[in-house]
Amino acid sequence: MTYALSAQQLTKVYANGMTALKAIDLNVAKGDFFALLGPNGAGKSTTIGIICSLVKKTSGKVFIFGHDIDTESAKAKSLIGVVPQEANFSLFEKVSQILLNQAGYYGIPRKTAQKNMELYLKELNLWDKRDQPVFKLSGGMKRRLMIVRALMSEPKLLILDEPTAGVDIELRRTLWHFLEKLNQEGTTIILTTHYLEEAEQLCKHVAIIDHGRIIEHANMKTLISRLNMHTVILDIDKPQAKYLHLIEYQCQPIDDTSIEVIIRQGQSVNHLFHLLSQKNINVISMRNKTNRLEELFMHLIEKNKKSSAENP
Amino acid sequence: MTARTGFYPNVIALQTLLSKEISRFMRIWSQTLLPPAITMSLYFIIFGKFIGSQIQNIHGYSYIQYIVPGLIMLSLMTNAYSNTASSFFLTKFNKSIEEMLVSPMLNLILLLGFTLGGMVRGLLVGIIVMIISLLFTHIPCQHPGIILITATLAAMIFSLGGLINGIYAKRFDDVAFVPTFILTPLTYLGGVFYSIYQLPTVWHIISLCNPILAIVDTFRYGFLGVSDINIFWGMVFICILLLFVFLWAWMLLKKGVGKA
Repeated sequence: MTYALSAQQLTKVYANGMTALKAIDLNVAKGDFFALLGPNGAGKSTTIGIICSLVKKTSGKVFIFGHDIDTESAKAKSLIGVVPQEANFSLFEKVSQILLNQAGYYGIPRKTAQKNMELYLKELNLWDKRDQPVFKLSGGMKRRLMIVRALMSEPKLLILDEPTAGVDIELRRTLWHFLEKLNQEGTTIILTTHYLEEAEQLCKHVAIIDHGRIIEHANMKTLISRLNMHTVILDIDKPQAKYLHLIEYQCQPIDDTSIEVIIRQGQSVNHLFHLLSQKNINVISMRNKTNRLEELFMHLIEKNKKSSAENP
Repeated sequence: MTARTGFYPNVIALQTLLSKEISRFMRIWSQTLLPPAITMSLYFIIFGKFIGSQIQNIHGYSYIQYIVPGLIMLSLMTNAYSNTASSFFLTKFNKSIEEMLVSPMLNLILLLGFTLGGMVRGLLVGIIVMIISLLFTHIPCQHPGIILITATLAAMIFSLGGLINGIYAKRFDDVAFVPTFILTPLTYLGGVFYSIYQLPTVWHIISLCNPILAIVDTFRYGFLGVSDINIFWGMVFICILLLFVFLWAWMLLKKGVGKA
């Protein structure tokens, strides 16, 4: 099977001796929307840097749609679009010039480049900024511009390194819809993010990387279903904390009218409501304490930390 | 699935990079084209007219006529060098180099794009200085072919030199180091202002080891038809120097020097 991305035994040791990647294997299927998650310094950006030829790997192989990045570098690169974590523009250049140049570096004729530029600038509400120098754009506009720039070459594989970091909720949701649409149209997307809600909502598959090792690589739904408990917060109509010890769920009062309840695998929310109702406790609203993927993520990272401490 | 690679996409990439480089120095013409014009005008006035009128002819030419080819070459070399060095370093500094590194553009195209950009600026400054010099004196043109070839090769050598400097540079100071402490002394001691036959024997011999001398003297030969060195060997030396800096720059890009 030809993957959109296949990394085999990828290892990176920096000049200062720090091992950022420890022989990782990573496969991303064509058409996938893939999340690469991990805490800061886990190796996500190094992995992306190697895939995009910005970082030299120490050993291992990377294939983009079957093309080896070492021996068929130009073919492999022509299929990738990358949105880096930080803005990397020449600040005094105009938006349109940056985009047309990027298309030019990919060998795209000017006519096609202008067509793509208009299409994507309009889709991301930047068309009226096309003649502005980059330094005049806001942070959110620069983020969108980086996405448009990555799309100028119509990549088959789009890699986004924390594309929504620091942007407001409205823009984040706009970007989510845009990325979902791109994925539905056939673009394979790899996303790194610290917003796990984003990953859970958008991605079909996920890999979690920590201390340079892939500690989880699974289908998003399968992974979430492995979560054997989740915590919800209930807002109740009046102070009833004294009755909580009577129900068989693990409860903890937060304040007079809010309680935290852990629901384990096999327990149901319906039954919880039934028990509360028996104690004359009315639930006004209910929300998850944390995102489900976030709980799982923290659990896996903790587990990996313990296992690393035991087997350094 | 077709990948966009091959000859034509690389031609587009080269055109793009070259036009970006040219528009960069044209956009800041008051920092790139105007200063050498003013500096050289002052050289012509002070060294050519005021001081030069009191100096005897060299190889049958007035002092100002003798130094004009050297000053044209001096401006050409320093501008070709500093254009590539600063442009490449700034591209690295603001990380916009990543736009090029993630693209399928070949290393050779990256090298040619920056080098040609520096060459265009060097040659353009050379033409400007030559035009200004005509306001002060008449300059003969004995061998136009040699002038053209030497100017082009010198622009390429120094543009590639600037690229090598830009690749290695980690701080702004690194970009200024080579031009200030190596190139300028070599250029001033490279026969721009005098014939090496006017020097004591020891300095004459030392000067022959200066690579700038071969370039300046071959270029001067194109204008005046006189030279302190053998033109054939001068041209051979220039070609060897060009090959050396070209291979050096190419190897650095190929090895990815500067990448993490």
